[in-house]
Amino acid sequence: MTNWGPNNKSIMSQSEWPLWEVFIRSKQGLDHKHVGSLHAADATMAVQNARDVYTRRLEGVSIWVVESTHIHASNPDEAAEFFDPAADKVYRHPTFYTVPDSIKHM
Amino acid sequence: MDHPADLQPAPAAIAHAPTVRQQLFEFVLQLADTSLVLGHRLSEWCGHGPVLEQDLAMANIALDLLGETRSLYQYAAVLEGQGRTEDDLAYLRPATAYRNPLLVEQPNGDFAHTVVRQFLFDNYHYHLLLALKDSPDAPLAGIAEKSVKEAAYHLKWSSEWLIRLGDGTAESRQRLDKALATLWRYAAELTTPTATEAALQDLGLVPDYGALAPAMQAHAAHVLAEATVPTPQFAPFAQRGGKGGQHSEHLGYLLAELQYMQRAYPGLTW
Repeated sequence: MTNWGPNNKSIMSQSEWPLWEVFIRSKQGLDHKHVGSLHAADATMAVQNARDVYTRRLEGVSIWVVESTHIHASNPDEAAEFFDPAADKVYRHPTFYTVPDSIKHM
Repeated sequence: MDHPADLQPAPAAIAHAPTVRQQLFEFVLQLADTSLVLGHRLSEWCGHGPVLEQDLAMANIALDLLGETRSLYQYAAVLEGQGRTEDDLAYLRPATAYRNPLLVEQPNGDFAHTVVRQFLFDNYHYHLLLALKDSPDAPLAGIAEKSVKEAAYHLKWSSEWLIRLGDGTAESRQRLDKALATLWRYAAELTTPTATEAALQDLGLVPDYGALAPAMQAHAAHVLAEATVPTPQFAPFAQRGGKGGQHSEHLGYLLAELQYMQRAYPGLTW
């Protein structure tokens, strides 16, 4: 087994660099949002690649990267049992309150 | 061609004595030629990078260098005061009039070759700009201040790649060793002052290259150690001459492509 770079000791056992998901915060105070993915040999390179691929047009002030294998997703086949039951429960939305006029931005 | 207002050079150098102004013109032209030629070399990778992400990274660096080039040529044109424009300076001078050091005109070779060339240049470029932004010459200091942030990233990029190639696979290490053996001898020219540079250093307009050396050497030693590569020694047969207009055969071919449109269709605009 060969060692590729300082941060990851096992990657070159694969012929392709692993996939990373990229999250960008567009300005201070906002959340990091998923913008896409890219290939990189390790975390340092992934952040640099994200900078070059996704922030060339002033898109962000902060970058997160997460190796895609670490993302666990809901199963699309289970979408019906996961999400459909919420469709007819409008009472879960806080829309039955009267908001006083003096409260803005609700 | 219209330029954004913030790229217009302030004509502060008009206050300089004629000889100093001529020396400053030659120095600014040398910096402009250097970043133009290296930027062009990097642009040759566009569409041919080893992976998409690095294709973009090299194109980004090329564009950063081209931006710096334009500011420098514009300032050089003001210093010269002969009515030549940035385009005249870039497109209508022969190879013998170019003042870039030999390193930056060397062909791309493989990716390791490009990384080593970039690392040797970035280590010099970043530390030069860092000092140059305190130059008493305001336009030069302004250009350096804008470009030093870009150069800091370029150095980070080439340093990280040098580490990965050195401490990577047997093949990447072999390619890196070959690139270091080929290109290290071109590094000394970067910080060997010409008569013009020495004169400007005496006036305090250009930083003393000897004072840049400790930081450059410390960074190179750190990166090479991380890459598990022994520090190459400066070869006694160090290659130099580009800053005096004596170039390798590669520059002519590069300029033939770079200048083709203006040579074939003089005054062409679009």
